[in-house]
Amino acid sequence: MSAIQNLNVYDPFADTGEEEAGQPQGYIHIRIQQRNGRKTLTTVQGLPGEYDQKKLLKAFKKEFACNGTLVQDEELGQVIQLQGDQRLKVQNFLSEEGIDKNIIKIHGF
Amino acid sequence: MSDAENDHQNNQNNLEEGNSEELLFDPSLKKKKKKKNKVVFEDEVEQRADIEFQFEDQSDYPAPVPLVEENNETEENNEDDEMSIFADTKKKKKKKKEIVDKEVEEEEPAETTDFADLPRMKKKKKKTMTEFIAQLNDGVEDATRTEDDVFATDGEHVDKETKVEDAWLNSDRDYTYPELLGRVFHILRQNNPELAGEKRRYTIVPPAVHREGNKKTIFANVADICKRMHRQPEHVIQFLFAELGTSGSIDGAQRLIIKGRFQQKQLENVLRRYIVEYVTCKTCKSPDTILTKESRIFFQQCESCGSTRSVSAIKTGFKAQTEKRAAQRRAAAV
Repeated sequence: MSAIQNLNVYDPFADTGEEEAGQPQGYIHIRIQQRNGRKTLTTVQGLPGEYDQKKLLKAFKKEFACNGTLVQDEELGQVIQLQGDQRLKVQNFLSEEGIDKNIIKIHGF
Repeated sequence: MSDAENDHQNNQNNLEEGNSEELLFDPSLKKKKKKKNKVVFEDEVEQRADIEFQFEDQSDYPAPVPLVEENNETEENNEDDEMSIFADTKKKKKKKKEIVDKEVEEEEPAETTDFADLPRMKKKKKKTMTEFIAQLNDGVEDATRTEDDVFATDGEHVDKETKVEDAWLNSDRDYTYPELLGRVFHILRQNNPELAGEKRRYTIVPPAVHREGNKKTIFANVADICKRMHRQPEHVIQFLFAELGTSGSIDGAQRLIIKGRFQQKQLENVLRRYIVEYVTCKTCKSPDTILTKESRIFFQQCESCGSTRSVSAIKTGFKAQTEKRAAQRRAAAV
């Protein structure tokens, strides 16, 4: 065993912060859109594959007392659509279910 | 814009938005002024570690930058600029301005005793860098709420500090670091207020927002704001549209017309997020940055510390269909 072996293990100059920024597809985006009047629509995009979106939608609907649907998008896969501004509620729900808060991004005003 | 048009618009505004708008408008202006005083103190308490940095900062900044303001006078000048450009809000603002000025003058001597009230009376627009970052760290929670919390605690801090300052004078005990620090700042402020007092702040004129008809919002001073941030209007607008999940266009007078109803506060929030994401330097928190595009990736270079970092591209993401299919088909056919 050489004395400097531990240099291989850890590189102090490795860029750590950039790697996180390099994979934005890992984010869950929660967006809001305005509809007619004062109605709004919340979309949840980029949920991890290990979750059953159908069940998640059902839970959302029950929890937030709103309607919603699952939309199939060509590029983005399945997107959950909910009626009304449910952004914070969705975020709380997801973080309570053990999703890291830092990968959830809320957009909109 | 012709005068006739201005008048017309003015009238329209008054008719449309009525008294509630007026009422909303007034306190915000008042708040702004008061917070100004406050910000300074809060920084001293909060950013003790950064003190040196801030002072360097002050000397480093080039004087004529319009973004960064030193004291109330320049601030007013800026606002006046804004007023002269956007004549439609002119009258309302001016009147209130005068009132506010008077109030501020009266208030100034009583500054230290007034802190209990201050947390409630502040203007969100004048956010400090720390708050920016705090907000960033919190994710994008309800911004206003977190801000309120921040301010509330700050007020208490300051209160404590000013009281504590005298405390060790009559007793035998040793002074603590915070006490000494408070003392230094107290003396510094007394001797040369321009040094310790008004720090240069990164401020931006509030977005001038009013409604056009029922479904569209006019954001009148985009060009001005973009210029102050040193950003391409296209980039800012792209971000706005992506965040708001809507679309719009620029009219002849360089105003942005956004589809949908938005309030000034909401646009302010979005702009704030834009500034955190694309304008402030992550290393030194300076807003003095430029954005360049190299092989499809945007890079942000800081003018004051020289660091470069890549910024994420603006993505619109999923857009749900919000208008009627028939209307869409009709639009597609034409």
